[in-house]
Amino acid sequence: MEKEDKSRRKFLQFGLLAGATGLATAILPGCQSTETGKKVKVLTADGKLVEVDSSHLDHHAAKDGFSKGEIRKGIEGRKFIRVIDLARCANERKCVEGCQKAHKILPPTEYIKVKKMQDSDLGSPYWFPTMCYHCDNPPCTKVCPVDATFKREDGVVAIDSDRCIGCKFCMAACPYSARTFNFGRPEQTKFTEANKDSIPENNCTIGYGAEGTVSKCDFCTNRSAEGLLPACVLSCPNGAIFHGDELEDVVTNGEETFRLKELIRNRAGYRQFEELGTKPRVYYLPPVKRQFPFEEATEAHNTIE
Amino acid sequence: MSSKNIELNQKTTYETFTQEEYMEMKEELLRPVQKIGTIGKLWIVFLVLVCCAGVYAYYVQETRSKYVTVSLRDYTMWGVYISNFVFFVALSLIGVLMSAVLKLTHFEWYRPLSRIAEVIAVAAIMLAGVSIVAAMGRPDRLYYLVIHGRIQSPIIWDIIVILTYISTSLVLLFIPLIPSLATCQNHLHNKPKWQMKMYKMLSFGWEGTPEQWKILKRCIKILTVMVIPLGISIHTVTAWLFATTLRAEWDSTNFGVYFVSGAFLLGVAAMILAVAIFRKAYNLEKYLTPMHFDKLGRALVLMSLIYIYFNVNEYLVPAYKMSGLHKNHLLDLFVGGDAPLYWSVVFMGMIMPATLPLIPAMRKPLPLTIIASVVFIAAWFKRYLIVIPGLSHPYLPIQDVPASWKHYSPSLVEMTIVAATFAAMMLIVTLFSRFFPIISVWEVAEGKLEGKDEIINYK
Repeated sequence: MEKEDKSRRKFLQFGLLAGATGLATAILPGCQSTETGKKVKVLTADGKLVEVDSSHLDHHAAKDGFSKGEIRKGIEGRKFIRVIDLARCANERKCVEGCQKAHKILPPTEYIKVKKMQDSDLGSPYWFPTMCYHCDNPPCTKVCPVDATFKREDGVVAIDSDRCIGCKFCMAACPYSARTFNFGRPEQTKFTEANKDSIPENNCTIGYGAEGTVSKCDFCTNRSAEGLLPACVLSCPNGAIFHGDELEDVVTNGEETFRLKELIRNRAGYRQFEELGTKPRVYYLPPVKRQFPFEEATEAHNTIE
Repeated sequence: MSSKNIELNQKTTYETFTQEEYMEMKEELLRPVQKIGTIGKLWIVFLVLVCCAGVYAYYVQETRSKYVTVSLRDYTMWGVYISNFVFFVALSLIGVLMSAVLKLTHFEWYRPLSRIAEVIAVAAIMLAGVSIVAAMGRPDRLYYLVIHGRIQSPIIWDIIVILTYISTSLVLLFIPLIPSLATCQNHLHNKPKWQMKMYKMLSFGWEGTPEQWKILKRCIKILTVMVIPLGISIHTVTAWLFATTLRAEWDSTNFGVYFVSGAFLLGVAAMILAVAIFRKAYNLEKYLTPMHFDKLGRALVLMSLIYIYFNVNEYLVPAYKMSGLHKNHLLDLFVGGDAPLYWSVVFMGMIMPATLPLIPAMRKPLPLTIIASVVFIAAWFKRYLIVIPGLSHPYLPIQDVPASWKHYSPSLVEMTIVAATFAAMMLIVTLFSRFFPIISVWEVAEGKLEGKDEIINYK
């Protein structure tokens, strides 16, 4: 019990830091590295905000991008998970836009999509945000012939776009149509080129996959490493998307924080197509007691070829 | 005179086949190699031109944006390249059926057909490989399959069985060719030096001694037995590329046999076409006879019936239940946008070949050739129907996407490359038949010597 509390506190600090400084870190005691002169504000374990030299920070891979080994391993001690409250989704598409902005992708490519769903004839339609579910039994990584897409220890299904040969078998294998392919749409290629500097070199964690390779939602692990919540979570005006850590049993949308298991238990959380056995890491809370009445989308957003 | 002839002379005990007849047969079967007419040359030039167009189309595809040159999008990310790949893998099973199975079951009419079947098989499986590379997003990383290959991926299984099948088929094509190479060396004249040298080198000092014949026959027998499970595995694994995914339309335990039975039907149709073309183009009417059409017509009926059986299992059983998972896809095929193509393929590619050749007049060369051409074309579209409509009906609905993302129709670049794969396959077969006798002289002669009824009593 005590242990759980501790870890939850740790996670809350993690979230707080995200808001305060944009860097979630622990101070590395007795660090031998040379000082950089760059001061960074961090929150200590007893809640004080202090300024330290950036060389004292040991914030895992966020330093200078991930090494190949780290990419395949994932962020230590984390197991990312997501809960989406369908009662809060009004199809404002802010998550889609936020995601596109963060990953430097242009419409009509979407890592997160909002679909109109209706489960039964008498049931009411609802909006359904869908993305890569980072399944625990991922059908996509099984079929990859070159290990370019893989499951990491932090729960994330990642793609090494330096490895991908573009066979698209993973796209055929994914029952959720979560993956997109970079066919080299001219506008996108130009846009990627223009934003080259703001995209970290390693495409495994951010940005659109290299031309001729597959890409998809990466749970914004590069932002997690920096202590930031994923772009879609922060962009959602209604706080419908809760992101968190299964090990810490916590999910948050940036404003509200819930105990993961309690939330799923109390609100009848479910996973899409449970019967396929893919074990998604994204749970949905059914669209009951909705915050908004369902409104049909008045315009098509992705009309440009 | 080669020692092979001497050997055959010693064995000539049957009155039905004399030394003169044997010489005449050699003359006739080597004629296409000896002399290439104007039409023959034009045909080769035409095929080379189509291949060049394909190479150029591929250059365009790889150097420009694929979003522009190719119609593939996120949902239909496998298009005609993959369906063409499945088609060619299916076609390559022709060697299994029309050569190995007939040989082992002692259907003696296989003798003039076996080499045609084997060379088509080798050519088809090579072009299957080409189709796959054309579909790849990053063909420059092809070698990653070797350095980073993982055995749990069905693609790696496919590569392993296809490479094994190519090697076995090549050896199976080559070993029975050795005596023919010696014949070529002895009988062809006015040919370039390098060509004669090639025959000499490739025949590996074949003299036709009884011991050499014994070894040759044994090799052929072993390889013939081997090639059957290999052929079945290449197409079964190709079916598994689809069946190992969770998509409802491919999620079928029926898929392996369904693919193999379809391949056998295609194999018979392709054999009829090849026989019809070779007998006309190379004046081989004496060897490729109406009897062959009659037998192949019957085989076509049998294979169609088997294929219909597996199609009933594949489509009608899920259709009876019409579960939510299959509904979108099945309704699209039965009554939706793909229905005209689907029903055309059902009637033209299955019901028509299962019924028409039951009439003896329809098993005559011309009508059967027409039937086979229709089946051949339908077989290509059948693979299209297996790959593409399935992809455009995923579990989660496709919403709010540009029009081209919803409806796939192959681009000019894609169709040019597909056309070029066909041209390349025919070019390989044509060139082979211009350098080597396309009908195995010794196998036919052997049939005659052994007094095989089906070989002697040509109608």
